[in-house]
Formats: sequence, structure tokens, C-alpha cells
Amino acid sequence: MKLLIILAWRNLWRYPRRTSIILIAIAIGIWSMLSMSAFIRGMMEQHVNDTISNFVGHISIHAPGYRDDPVIDHSMPQPNEHLLHLLNEKVWAARVRVPAVVSSERETMGVTLLGIAPAQEQALSFIADAVTDGRYLNNVEDKGIILGRKLVERLETGLGKRVVLGSQNHSNEIVERGFRVVGIFDSKTENIETQFVFVGRHIAQKMLQMQDNISELALLSKDRNELENLLQKLRATSPDLDIQTWQTIAPLARVIVNVFEGFLFIWYFVVFIAIAFGLVNTLLMAVFERTREIGLFQALGMKPHWIVGQVLFESLFLLAIGLVVGNLMTWVTLILTAEGLDFSRYAAGYEMAGLSSLIYMVLNMSDILTANMLIIGLGLLASLYPAWRATRYVPVEAITRT
Amino acid sequence: MNMKQFPVICRHLGKSYQQGKITIPALVDINLEIHKGDFVCFSGPSGSGKTTLLNLIGGLDTPSSGEISLDAQRLDKMNKSALANLRLHKIGFVFQAYNLIPVLSAQENVEFVMQLQGLNSARRAIKARAILKEVGLEGLEKRRPGDLSGGQQQRVAVARAIVSAPSLILADEPTANLDSHTAETLMQLLHTMNEEHGITFLFSTHDKLVMDYSKRLIKLRDGRIQSDETQ
Repeated sequence: MKLLIILAWRNLWRYPRRTSIILIAIAIGIWSMLSMSAFIRGMMEQHVNDTISNFVGHISIHAPGYRDDPVIDHSMPQPNEHLLHLLNEKVWAARVRVPAVVSSERETMGVTLLGIAPAQEQALSFIADAVTDGRYLNNVEDKGIILGRKLVERLETGLGKRVVLGSQNHSNEIVERGFRVVGIFDSKTENIETQFVFVGRHIAQKMLQMQDNISELALLSKDRNELENLLQKLRATSPDLDIQTWQTIAPLARVIVNVFEGFLFIWYFVVFIAIAFGLVNTLLMAVFERTREIGLFQALGMKPHWIVGQVLFESLFLLAIGLVVGNLMTWVTLILTAEGLDFSRYAAGYEMAGLSSLIYMVLNMSDILTANMLIIGLGLLASLYPAWRATRYVPVEAITRT
Repeated sequence: MNMKQFPVICRHLGKSYQQGKITIPALVDINLEIHKGDFVCFSGPSGSGKTTLLNLIGGLDTPSSGEISLDAQRLDKMNKSALANLRLHKIGFVFQAYNLIPVLSAQENVEFVMQLQGLNSARRAIKARAILKEVGLEGLEKRRPGDLSGGQQQRVAVARAIVSAPSLILADEPTANLDSHTAETLMQLLHTMNEEHGITFLFSTHDKLVMDYSKRLIKLRDGRIQSDETQ
């Protein structure tokens, strides 16, 4: 074994230029796999986090029928003590969420009315940090309204002005209430700014005459991977409620994640094919150039499987060095892009896809392991062909070849 | 017949090569017995079949017809792996073009076969250094082939061939690339090995010097044995 390792290592450096070229190819290959993975993973994470913070949460609880017809008739009571026990130590918020119209003196727009508990939302959704003009709501009794910047523009209203919010109560009668604009929020995507308006929850409940009922309850878990377990517990506690994870509430986000993961797989495959061709070519060249030497090994009594072992060790060294360099390059890339990659020049396109134009790269340990194991495993597999070719020589022909 | 006395036995041995539709006979009906401790030289003009015969005896090539055995083992019946094993434990090779492993030092080249045989590193090192000293290469153990002269390289090849005390050493034109003085020194060395260690040597050569050293001269012509003389 030691002999094979020594031979493989020294043979590797007999042609330093060729070895360096394939090493660079492998390093760039793994770097591109990991960097692309980190970029796409970053976009995915950001999209999922944005989706979750856009009033979805990790898990949403609704009255049955609400998701199909989100009206006041499909509201539910405040969480009972069993549910509250499960929600203990979780970040959660109860909301009123119904379709509504908002009117200024010039325009009327269809919106989603969100009656929120401002303190609860601070840790759960983006709105507390998104108010850039005016102020955030103080409490559930706050009589002000917060509008998105784009909506303010379309309504041709502004901070301090009054708007009228209208919706339907349980009797299908139109109920209206006037609000003064106390805050304007900005969002990464325009449709969020035009879709949501925010008022204090108690004020919304009074306006809609729904007593203390709510439309939804959203919660965040500490670990996204434990959602299924939590979901089962919640469903067991409240079997009469519709309790779903973000994947069900926001299917588009789940589809985007699946598409990205599919793209990553294709990218891995393409990069690997390029590396495999380079690797097999290099090893075949090495085997052909050393035909006489391999003939000599055979003449001296080296068994075929040892010759295979030597070629595979050579391949393993090439792959291992290339991977170390490639991983280091990725690490440097992650450090250099820690502040995020700014794609604001293409912001409109990103917004259309529901993505932020500032991407933070995210690299999972599982991605690193997958890419490295894929290259090592399949690389060695690809090297079997040149290794097998090396064992097919007839010693007397190989040793006399010039 | 005591097979142990005849390390190499060939019976009706034939080898032919196919060139397109034409069959070219390289060896025809060779019958031969090599005695233990022999110092045999195959000579003859180019194409007479001497190297082919040496390759068949060394298990580097397979015969087209007939039988060939080494230490009572039929080489013509063996598979690749068994032949490799036989070469590893019973045969030493010295080739015309030195054929050392360029990435290994002189000592590592000598240790190579012992390493394949599974000897531990301490024993390998002791034996390799001793044999290099015996062939006059003391102090050059760490040099790689590229840093040695032709004669020195051929002596390393000889050291590698004899270090694990094989039954048989096959040397194909061992002096072809050496000047006369170096060739003389090498032949003296091989002769001494034969005399002192009783190793059986088979040479193929054009070189008169090698023929002069041999105890038995077998002349080949057109793939057949023309004469077999003990000197």
C-alpha cells in the first residue's frame, strides 16, 4: 500500500504543468459547485424567510374554510389554554385578516386588512422594522393605520391624512371606519406595499363586529426542521382547526425551493461531467505515457489489482488536492461576499420572481459534503477506466513500446 | 528426470505472430532444458527468436504451442495473476534499456521487488544497501536513475534482479547500451553472482563478450536452435 502511495504521489509531480492544469480544473469545478450552491441556497433561504416574515410564519392556524374564503365568517376564537400551553416559548401572533377596500379622497383600492398586536408582530413579521416614515402602531387599540409606500402613491394620500377602510361584517353589511395614516412602510417587493394595510387588532375587531375572534394565528419555531413534529402536536391539541406549515400556505415558495434544488442538481451534474472528462483524459495520458513503466511493473511481478490501485491513488491525490483548493476558494468567496451580493441593477427582475436584489450566500454543511463526496466518488469511478486500461497491457508489448 | 535440476524445460515450444493474414513464426519446435546454476547465452542474428524465447521463459509472453515449465510449474497453463506471482518470486529481469522506475531512488528501485513480496522495511533496507554495495554503488543509494550513468543504472537493475535471490535471472542484451569497459565490469559481476550464489542466468545477446563469459552457448536461427554447446 505504502509503495503504491509513494509511486502515485511522485508520478503526480512528474508532469507538474499537466497536474497543475487538472488541479485548477478540479478546484474551479468544486468552487463553482459550492459557490453556485451557496448563491442559490442564499436566494432560496431569503425567499423562504421573506415568505415566512410576510405574515405566513412557520405554521399558520385558521378556522376551517378560511384558506379558501378568507372572510370574517371563517374566523375563530382566541387560542384556548391547551393551545397556549403549546405556544409557550414560541413566537406567535393572533391577527384579524380580511379583504377590504381603502379609499382616499381621490382613489379606492382593494387591500388585505391586517389587524395586529404590534408587540407580538415585532419578532414574527417584517412590519415593525419596515416603517420608514411616521411611526409603528403602539398597541392593539391604536387608532392609526400603516400603509405601504406604493399604496400611498396610488391613493395619492400621505402621512397624517385620513383614509376610509371598508369591509363586510358577519351580516354581510359593509362596515367602514376612518383612520389617520400614522406610518408608511417600505418592502422589498412592490406588491407587499400595495397589498397590506395595518391597524390595531382590537380596532379591527370592533370595526368588523367580531368580538375577540381572530382570523389567523401564526407562529415561528426555533428550528424549521422540527416543524412536522410541532405540527402534529398542534393538530392533536386542536383537531377542529386548519393548521398548516408555510409550505402549504405558500406553495409558490415551496415550488421555487424545489426548482432551485433541481437546478443545483443539474449544475452539479454539468460540472462533474466537465471534471470527469479532464480527469479521465489526464489519467489516460499518464497511463499511455507510462506504458513501458507499467510493463516493467508487470514484468517485476506487480499484480493487476495493484496497478489499478496505483492509478486510483493518483486520481485520489488529484481529486483531494483539487477539492482542498476549491473548498478554500469557496471559503474566501464567502468571506468576500459576507455583506451580500448586490443585484439592484436587476431589481425589477428579482422583484418579479419575489426575490430580494441583495443576496447573502448560504452554504450548508450538507452541500459541502454532497459536492465533495460526489466529486471524489464519481471521480474515482471515472478513473477506473484508465486504471483498467493499464492492466490490459501484455508485459512484453508494453515493455518494448517506445 | 529430477525437475529440480532443470529449472527451465521447454517442449516443442512454438511462438508465432499474426501480421494481417500472414502468420510469422518466431520460434519453432524448441526443446530445451536449462540446468540449475547454468550461465546460458542465447545468440543469433536479429529476428532469430532469442528475445522471444527469453520472454516466454520469463512468463512475459505466452507460447502459441508446446509446453514451458519453470521449477516444475507449467507457465503455458497459468493466468495473468499467477504469472505475475511467479515472476515476483522466481525470476529476476535485467533489460537492455535498464528499465528502472524513474520516480524511485536507486535503493527504492532495488527494494521494489522485495516490497511487492511483502518484506518489512528494515529488512528491505539492509538487503538493498548490501546488494548495492556488492555491485559497487555504495553512496549512490539516494540517487534517482536520471542522476546515474548508464553503467550505474544497469548495475542497479542487476541489484534489483538478484536481491531477492530468484531461481532464474533473465538478461536481454544487458550490455547493448554500455561501453566495453562497463560491459566487462558488469559481466564480471554477473559471473561472480553465478559462481558465488549459484543463480541461473539466461542471456540473449549479440555481444561477443557475453558469449565468452557464458558456460553454455545456444545459437538460434530463424526461430530454431542451430547449436547448443557447452564451453
